[in-house]
Amino acid sequence: MRVERVTGRVLSGPMEDVYVYEAPVRLWHWITAFCICALVPTGYLIGAPLPSIGGEATASFLMGWIRTVHFVAAMLLIVMFVLRLYWVFVGNHHARAIFIPAVWSGAWWKGVIGQAKYYLFLQEHSDNYVGHNPLAQMAMFANFLVALVVIIVTGLGLYAQAYGWGSGWMNAFGWVTTLFGTPQAVRTAHHLMMWYMLLFIMIHFYMVIREDIMSGGTVFGVMGSGIRMFKREPKP
Amino acid sequence: MIETYYDLMRRQGISRRSFLKFCSLTAASLGLGDAGAQQIAQAMQTKPRTPVIWLHGLECTCCTESFIRSAHPLAKDVVLSMISLDYDDTLMAAAGHQAEQALEDTIKKYKGNYILAVEGNPPLADDGIYCIPGGKPFVDKLRHVAKDAKAIVSWGSCASWGCVQAAKPNPTRATPVHKVITDKPIIKVPGCPPIAEVMTGVVTYILTFDRLPDLDAQGRPKMFYSQRIHDKCYRRPHFDAGQFVEHFDDAGARQGYCLYKVGCKGPTTYNACSTVRWNEGTSFPIQSGHGCIGCSEDDFWDKGSFYDHLTTIKVPGLGGAEGTADKIGLTAAVGVGAAIAAHAAVSAIKQARSKTRNDKVSEVEK
Repeated sequence: MRVERVTGRVLSGPMEDVYVYEAPVRLWHWITAFCICALVPTGYLIGAPLPSIGGEATASFLMGWIRTVHFVAAMLLIVMFVLRLYWVFVGNHHARAIFIPAVWSGAWWKGVIGQAKYYLFLQEHSDNYVGHNPLAQMAMFANFLVALVVIIVTGLGLYAQAYGWGSGWMNAFGWVTTLFGTPQAVRTAHHLMMWYMLLFIMIHFYMVIREDIMSGGTVFGVMGSGIRMFKREPKP
Repeated sequence: MIETYYDLMRRQGISRRSFLKFCSLTAASLGLGDAGAQQIAQAMQTKPRTPVIWLHGLECTCCTESFIRSAHPLAKDVVLSMISLDYDDTLMAAAGHQAEQALEDTIKKYKGNYILAVEGNPPLADDGIYCIPGGKPFVDKLRHVAKDAKAIVSWGSCASWGCVQAAKPNPTRATPVHKVITDKPIIKVPGCPPIAEVMTGVVTYILTFDRLPDLDAQGRPKMFYSQRIHDKCYRRPHFDAGQFVEHFDDAGARQGYCLYKVGCKGPTTYNACSTVRWNEGTSFPIQSGHGCIGCSEDDFWDKGSFYDHLTTIKVPGLGGAEGTADKIGLTAAVGVGAAIAAHAAVSAIKQARSKTRNDKVSEVEK
């Protein structure tokens, strides 16, 4: 099987199975997914709390637990993201794909345009790619990684706010509040980013299912085994 | 010659003997010895009280109203004993030309040594014509007095951030002091008004230590503005428990539950209200059953309703469309959902068509 080096486009057969996503990448994917599943509902409930409960304040800690789950999941997500950044440097070249899209390469841009045409139904068939196709790389970078960084940074900014000016947390992340102007603005940004994440997840689900059915390679199972299999040879 | 601290002590009935005893004791407790006692006595006898000029720009005088109600220390002690308030259009006895003369004299006499306290802010539109004290635009007066000041205290949200007169669309271009005077140390004491004890506390600190208090990244004294209202609020246990006021007339409101859901800005407001409180520590807004409106934060007047803790935001590129983050997010999610459904439908049709075509082709090949 011949593959274009920069983009990972399959040039000619015979088709072979390829080990694309190494174990740390898959582990990162699933732990991050798990964290987001915990973060979105708890985050929403911090913004719009459940109906008030009665009784003595000492008897319940509902909001406290919701916030604790949010913070624990957030810290786990951040630690995993830092480890993932480390893997960008030591992992295989697919570990870099969504972090460093090959924007300097003409072949890569050709891939972006080809794939975009295919999604707009202007082109009958899509190419086979070993890893993410160039458009997917671009979308992952812009819509997921950048969003993830913004949500982590605003989250840390908000977390630091509770410790107050002069605390270690605020010394480290007070700049977020300064950058956005007011604590309220950081809140609004963090809240909006949650919705942005939800939009990403909707599109992500759709693309995974659609590509698994319609493209030339497997998609759905790849985050489980790490191995991509191909259904057909590239169209000449 | 302005009165020294020694003069002041003599005036309050303390004998010279007692004064010297005080100096020796202070020196001994600081471990300074004989020479130290003499130095302290020398300093107390020669160091003049700090002259303060207090200007009023575009404002409502609520800062002064708050200031004169300070209990610890009493405002009268600050004005009559601690500082030398040489000019304050609201509090001074002199008026007209006499008052303006006092201002000029102070600037000349204490060049580079006086503290300038500013209440309100200068409007810059049309050469500052929208605020004219003493026949001149306030912005000119501010620049003139600030030129020779040692430091500037920005009283209240007007001087610190702009406050309501700077609310959109800000027709007079009311501008906070730090954007007009950029070459002097500025202490922001925001709040609408600031807490009386915070105001006198800042003045006392400057006089006692002869330096400005530690400031946070936004230029506010850390000792009063480093904690959020929410984190020191006595209703905080109700927040953690999940007990909220849903309406101002419900059982939760009577029980004193957390006001978060009716728009309390305590979680995004840095101020000392929940610790120092107001009127000699009697109460503060949350204690009286109303959420914090965040009056000491920048832009609080342009953040949407006081009764919704989510900010109303304008959607860029959609004219005047606005909503909270949840409204905007939900609309976007519905839009993206519809787009996905449409794309999936077209994909399915394409797939089905190409399949029939392929079948036909294979039939022909047979």
